[in-house]
Amino acid sequence: MNEIVRKPAMRLWEMQVDDTQAREAAERPEAVHKHDNEVTLRFPALSRNESFARMAAAAFITGLDPTLEELSDLKTAISEAVTNAIIHGYRKGPGEIRMFLATQGMTVYVEVEDYGEGIFDVVKAREPMYTTRPQEERSGMGFSFMEAFMDTLEVISTVGTGTLVRMSKTIRS
Amino acid sequence: MKERHPAQYTVKNRCLYIALLEDLDQHNVDRIRARLDALIDECGSNELVFDFSKVSFMDSSGIGMIMGRYRRLLSRNGIIRAVGVNPSVARIMKYSGLYQILRPEFAEAGMREN
Ligand SMILES: Nc1ncnc2c1ncn2[C@@H]1O[C@H](COP(=O)(O)OP(=O)(O)OP(=O)(O)O)[C@@H](O)[C@H]1O
Ligand SMILES: [Mg+2]
Repeated sequence: MNEIVRKPAMRLWEMQVDDTQAREAAERPEAVHKHDNEVTLRFPALSRNESFARMAAAAFITGLDPTLEELSDLKTAISEAVTNAIIHGYRKGPGEIRMFLATQGMTVYVEVEDYGEGIFDVVKAREPMYTTRPQEERSGMGFSFMEAFMDTLEVISTVGTGTLVRMSKTIRS
Repeated sequence: MKERHPAQYTVKNRCLYIALLEDLDQHNVDRIRARLDALIDECGSNELVFDFSKVSFMDSSGIGMIMGRYRRLLSRNGIIRAVGVNPSVARIMKYSGLYQILRPEFAEAGMREN
């Protein structure tokens, strides 16, 4: 005679919940990634990192198979944002730049942030040909390029705290 | 690590030929500007030719540098030209108005139309 020994069914409130795994997963960065793919780079505000920043961005979006023109648009926009962080944001000395890149579907999201001087008048700064440093052969085209070559541009800045430039572009190829 | 200088300069009479070797961004523009201005003064140049054939990228820093040299040359009745401009650099030039003020002798024929 075979007697099937059954464990009594556990009641929910009796269960020993081991949530360490879940908690660890939540602490792992991938759990907080909100996009298909994303990367954050932090680097010192050195002009030689301008080419690194645009090449990293170009490499990051190759999977979306952008046209040469789209690639050059993104590189220009990133170069402008990073250069601004270096020469305006950290005009007075060294600092760190955070660059965030993400893709969601066919859209690329970019953030370039510095923790430097900030912009006194963002609306004015975004006007074409506006520069606070004409004596240094600046043409005031940086924000205009970002605006022209990306689909969206958002500039959030506080004097004394820093500047965050957010841009996006949908790859249509 | 020693980075190579991003341009090569050749002087012929009073013409200064600048072969650009790297992307024209703030980093490289800073390194080119001083040496270029010293040469312009030294040779009394009244013609500058920028050869862009090895340049695949230029941003507003490059625009500023070329614009600045244009003004310098203008003040001594000189001229400034750009050759070997590729389509993406040409777009930046057009957008900034640089294309219109440079002598329209772009190396790649056919680009003048659009
Ligand atoms: N990250 C930043 N921190 C502080 N100020 C900034 C920053 N980015 C831009 N600005 C301000 O906004 C102005 C306009 O920026 P924009 O990039 O359009 O022109 P520019 O940098 O002056 O010239 P160009 O980009 O043509 O070399 C700058 O002159 C500067 O005063
Ligand atoms: Mg700028």
